[in-house]
Order: sequence, then C-alpha cells, then structure tokens
Amino acid sequence: MTDWLDYTPRDFLLFSPETYYRLFALHNEAVWPAHLYVAALVTAILVLSQRGSVDAGRLIAAILGAVWLWVAWAFHYERFATIHLGAPWYAAAFALQGFLLLLIGFFGRRLVVSPDRNAPQLIGYTLFLFAIFIQPLASLLLGRDLFQSEMFGMAPDPTAIGTLGLLLASNRSHWLLMIVPFLWCAVSGVTLWTMQSPEWFVMPAVGVVAAVLLFWKPFAAMGRERPSTVLRDA
Amino acid sequence: MRMPLEDRISRRIVLGGLTAGAAGSIFGLKPSFAQQSSSLLTRAIPSSGEAVPLIGLGSWITFNVGDDPVSRKNSAAVMDRFFRFGGRMIDSSPMYGSSQEVIGEAVDKLKQAKQLFSATKVWISGKKDGIAQIEQSRALWRVPHFHLLQVHNLVSWEDHLETLAEMKSDNRLRYIGVTTSHGRRHDDLERIMRGRPIDFVQLTYNAADREAEERLLPLAAEKGIGVIVNRPFQGGALTEALEAEPVPGWAAEIDCRNWPQILLKYIVSHPAVTCAIPATSKVEHVAENMGACTGRLPDPAFRKRIASHIAEI
Repeated sequence: MTDWLDYTPRDFLLFSPETYYRLFALHNEAVWPAHLYVAALVTAILVLSQRGSVDAGRLIAAILGAVWLWVAWAFHYERFATIHLGAPWYAAAFALQGFLLLLIGFFGRRLVVSPDRNAPQLIGYTLFLFAIFIQPLASLLLGRDLFQSEMFGMAPDPTAIGTLGLLLASNRSHWLLMIVPFLWCAVSGVTLWTMQSPEWFVMPAVGVVAAVLLFWKPFAAMGRERPSTVLRDA
Repeated sequence: MRMPLEDRISRRIVLGGLTAGAAGSIFGLKPSFAQQSSSLLTRAIPSSGEAVPLIGLGSWITFNVGDDPVSRKNSAAVMDRFFRFGGRMIDSSPMYGSSQEVIGEAVDKLKQAKQLFSATKVWISGKKDGIAQIEQSRALWRVPHFHLLQVHNLVSWEDHLETLAEMKSDNRLRYIGVTTSHGRRHDDLERIMRGRPIDFVQLTYNAADREAEERLLPLAAEKGIGVIVNRPFQGGALTEALEAEPVPGWAAEIDCRNWPQILLKYIVSHPAVTCAIPATSKVEHVAENMGACTGRLPDPAFRKRIASHIAEI
C-alpha cells in the first residue's frame, strides 16, 4: 500500500496541455452534429426554467441526467480514457450523477426551477448561464482554437458548472446531487493546475461559490415567502 | 583517503567506449547529422558488455497522445529522427497512458525493431497481474521480447523481480531493473541494489538533483549495475529556467551548442551512468539531445564547473 502513497497529483498528469486541449478538438469533431442536439436541449432548459412547474422540473432533470450520461460515455470513457488512466473512474462518477438526476429529479419529482428567484438562486442561475454562454468561449479568450471549445453537455467542466447552477437555482438544497459536480470541480482544478493552465482556478472557485450558495439558500428562503413553490413541492 | 568516484575517473575513461567516428569528432571533426549514427558515444552495460548510446528516448507525457492521428504522426517523426541519429533505447511504462501503443505503432511503421532497445516497466500490484500486464505491454510494443523490464517505482517489487528473473532465465528477457523518480525511496533502491541481482536501476539525476551522486551512482559502479537517468531536465523545468540564460563560452570546450546538451553531458559524463532518457515531442529537440551523444564529454573538473554554474543560476 505504501508503494502507492508515494504518488502526487503531478505524477498522474501523464499528458501535455497540448494533448489535453487537442482532445476537445478531436471530441468535437468526432461527435458532430451532436452539438446541435445538445444546443436544442439547452434551449429547452432555458424555456423550462421559466415555467416553475413540477413537470418542467422533471424534464430539466431528465435532460441533465441524459447529458451527464452522455459526457460519461462519449467524453470520459471513449475519449479521455485514451490518455488518462483514471478516466474510466470519472466516467463511472458521471454516470452515477446522471442516474441520480433521473432518480431524484425525474422519477422523484424533486427538482423544481422557479423563475421567482432569491439571491442565491439568482447567482446559481447566473452560473448556469456562464456555463452555457461564456465557458465555450474560454478557449478563444485564452488564445486556443475555437474547435477546442468546451460546451455544456459535451465537456465535463461546463456540464458540472451548469448543473451546479441549475441545482442552486432550484427549490431545494439538493446536496446529494451536488456531490459529484463538487468533486469534479476539485479534480478539474487539480488537473489544470498541474498543467499550469491559466484558468485552473475557475472550477475550484465555482465550487467554493456553489458551496457558499448551498449553505446560504435555506436562510434566503426563510426571509422570503414563496407559496407557489411550497405548494408545488408538497 | 579514497577519492570520490568522479574524481578517480580520467578523461580517457570518460571517453571510453567511443566508436572511431566519435573519436574523429572529439579531435575537431564535425560530423553531419547523417554521419552521426555511426559516431554516437556509447557505454557498455556492466552486466553484459553490450554497448548502448548514451542518449536514449523517454516517453513520459510526450508520447501519450491517445487516438490523435496528427500527434501520433508527430511521435513517429520524433522516433524516426531518433533512430536516424543511431539512437536505440526507448523507455516507457504502462503508467504512461497510450505511450506504449504509440511507440509500437511507430516502430512497426518505421521498421526499426532491430535497432530498438526496448525498455519498459511493470506497474501493478501482484505477481499474476504483473505477468498479464507484461504480456499486454509486449503486444502494444509489437515486439517478440523486451530487452529490459523494470519494476516501476518499486511497486510490488518483490513479486515482479521474481517474475522478471524467471523470464531472464528462460531467455525471454535480457535485462531486469527497478526504477524510482523524483528522488524518492532511495533507501529502498539502495537495499535492492545491494541484495538483488539486477542489471539496471533507473533514477532521477541531473545538474540540479544530485543526490544520486552520493551513494547510488557509486554503488551502481561498485556492483556493476547499469544506470538509466530519467527527468534529465527536471521535467522541462531546468531547460525552461535556463532559456533566458546565454550559453556560456566554455560550452564549446565540450562541444555543446545549447543548454540541453550541457545538461545531458553533465549526466552522461558520470562514469556510472549508462544512458539518459530525455523525452520530447519535438523533432528539433531530438537533434539537440542527440548532439549530447557526440563530441567531448566534461571531465570531473569540468563537471564541477557545470554544477556550480547551474547552482548559481
């Protein structure tokens, strides 16, 4: 056992930043035109998140579950595993998250995203908008190729941030559904840090912000009556 | 009082094992790249006397490119240039992701199996899994047998050394070894070197990380164990740090044109070192690195000068 305790995160970074970012270009090329379907699903989430009904919440959970399963298989298992020995484990964690979203959100009807948002919910929704609109542009802003863009529903980082955002924007404190996204914020942060990528801090920072919002949310809800949400959740 | 090993070696010993072509380069002749394949500096593997060029090729990070066809083509170009220079030893590990597969594909494509000195590792817990992993690695490399198998970072080393010894006695393997990196577990490594019949150790050694000079390199020389040096540039940190520094005028005295060559010559001029294995994904860096495998090597006094200069920087 002690043999394995000698390792540090840097020992497991077995690919160069060039190889890592080219992976997204190869992935985007390989799965095209899946981007169009995912874009349609993201549009659906944007519309459904303005409804505030239990049924709309179920559909949002179904879409989120589907994209986590998709990223687990298409990105982690099929693509990332070609350069990272730990990627099959990431795939398993993402698949688990997908099933949890379906179980709790779709079958359990416990995810309701209301358009009537308090402060932490509003910040959470902003994180979702950041994941779908800003994060794909990060590669361009950092001087990388447009084809290396990381999109919500296609790549793990924006999928994790977008999901955290929607969960925070929802009616309850879905801490169970936030465990895997939180873990991914840490894993991705460490990976990018060991690669000395300039944006390494983004995922850990989002994780910290999301954790603060998660604890703030119940207090914010206490200070504001939301009868419609309570009725729908009953 | 006994002098340190380094001080006991004369310049003549440093230049030992040179081919005639290399001797020409030492006396001022500048061989072209095309000529260099027959003029690389070599050193004999202590346990067999087989000569290998002082510079090999590592694959940590650089050849782990997955399915990317562009990067695989580039990796093959790097290996092609390495073989054209006369390079032989390529080192990898199952830990290095797709590296072994990429190497195997390139060796096959370049038809260089005869020149290749294949060195890989076993990196898994347990004897049975180790045997399966070795066979999987062999299939990925597309070679009938490995020249050298090493226990990676001493993981399950007792189990694996047993397996490797069996393979060696069956003539399915020529050399066996153990590895560490980043200066870790030197005490364990020393214990294995003293108590086990191994042909090679692989460890981290460079002008900045010199701990191996104290005990391990003299012990390797004493026990007749070959030494493969990993992380010769500290994973790129050393060359990066020296990038802005002008190449000193004295570099010409040891036939170096750039910092990587100075750093590599510092390593391979230690008489206990058999081969250094810098990794690169750039074809032009192969030429730089292999340049350290020709010409004059620093003598002990010159080595001290290099180490002091690096320490000052």
